[in-house]
Amino acid sequence: MDRAAVAERIAGIIEPFNKKLVAITDATTFAGDLEWDSLTVMDFVAEIEDEFDIIISMNQQAEIETYGQLIDAVARSAKS
Amino acid sequence: MTEGIDETDRPAVLQGSGPDLFSKFDPLIEQRRALLAGGQEDPFSLVMERVLSPTQAICNGRETILLGTYNYMGMTFDDDVIAAGKQALDDFGSGTTGSRVLNGTYRGHRECEDALKEFYAMDHAMVFSTGYQANLGIISTIAGKGDYIVLDIDSHASIWDGCKLGDAEVVPFKHNDIEGMEKRLKRIPAGAGKLVILEGVYSMLGDIAPLREMVRIAKANGAMVLVDEAHSMGFIGPNGRGVAEDQGVLEDVDFVIGTFSKSVGTVGGFCVSNHPKFEIMRLVCRPYVFTASLPPSVVATAATSIRKLMHGGNKRAHLWENSRTLHAGLKAKGFQLGTETPQSAIIAVIMPDLERGAAMWEALLKEGLYVNLARPPATPANMTLLRCSLCAEHSAEQVQTILGMFERAGQRVGIV
Repeated sequence: MDRAAVAERIAGIIEPFNKKLVAITDATTFAGDLEWDSLTVMDFVAEIEDEFDIIISMNQQAEIETYGQLIDAVARSAKS
Repeated sequence: MTEGIDETDRPAVLQGSGPDLFSKFDPLIEQRRALLAGGQEDPFSLVMERVLSPTQAICNGRETILLGTYNYMGMTFDDDVIAAGKQALDDFGSGTTGSRVLNGTYRGHRECEDALKEFYAMDHAMVFSTGYQANLGIISTIAGKGDYIVLDIDSHASIWDGCKLGDAEVVPFKHNDIEGMEKRLKRIPAGAGKLVILEGVYSMLGDIAPLREMVRIAKANGAMVLVDEAHSMGFIGPNGRGVAEDQGVLEDVDFVIGTFSKSVGTVGGFCVSNHPKFEIMRLVCRPYVFTASLPPSVVATAATSIRKLMHGGNKRAHLWENSRTLHAGLKAKGFQLGTETPQSAIIAVIMPDLERGAAMWEALLKEGLYVNLARPPATPANMTLLRCSLCAEHSAEQVQTILGMFERAGQRVGIV
């Protein structure tokens, strides 16, 4: 799927999770900048999975540290 | 005493406080220090000096009712079980000093596996040295690179470690979320191997899984199903085979994992299965091959206990009575519990935070009651829990005594 289209949809999903109102860029990290705990990560990942009808396994999640990496991973997995 | 020994007793104190591999534990070390600095008795280093019965021991010098063991059926002091263990010590010695696949399979190991096959009415049984190793071994061996494991987020540590060791793609779903499980199964690429892992009883809150629906959906989506029945053996289901039996889906479960360290009353783990190729696991499962087998006395006590559990109807009924009485009593006294209704022999009392949880734990211990203090990361949703696990040998009077202790301790700590 087109990266820009993916980015736009993820931006809408992340908003309610961004409780600290961090200005999000591709370099924003989930654990460091957003300070998400494992429960928040789980809920957020579930929403992304449902939105794009994909699986983001825990193995893949371990490789995704930044917002930009998430968009890249979803763009690779999601069908158009 | 030689100087050499003196040396090893007093290792040189490391100078400086530079970061090293232990730095990652600093937050936990600090949390523990702060908790114990207030004079709190350490909830994680209790010593039982003497064990009087399945339900009573001398703990830290006090006579204590045990409400935090997994001795659900009270088999640890059963006369026949103890006699079988002593006989095996005399006849076969203290240990096997070998792997199951080399010199570590004695007659007792086979008899123990025969008892399990009979107990579950299944074709194959494989005994591991612990329940942890049973999950670690079976999961990591059957689900490898490229396969998918779909599992409940609240799964036991041994399940997670088995997933990691096997290198399969790990896809968790929310606790007991049937729809979440189904959605994930349907997204798995065509042709990939699929394993669904569930537990009968989840031991932190003592709640059970909707296995009837979940197993049906897993099979409909072409997955194999593994169910961990560690906390249900002996007292859930018409023959004590667990939650899958109770909900009528045991025959669709490919692998049942269980343990000897709960209702059976000793230590060890197992997997039972009807899979026609199951026996090959004995050669390919590393946590089975590369460790010493259980001592002869342990498999003898296990086999005897398993056979007695087949006829434990009266004990089962009393255990359920205890569970219902304690659940209703605690609820009536205003405690917040992990389940609306008693679903197993575990009743979890939810504490507002770790500090008050630890204080309540200590107040109960001073009353003469031992329960389990459970805290993150072992618990779901970062909860602090006082976990009560009942035993078929708790008398009705003991359960009333326990309720009185909870009330007094709860008032002292300000929880009720």
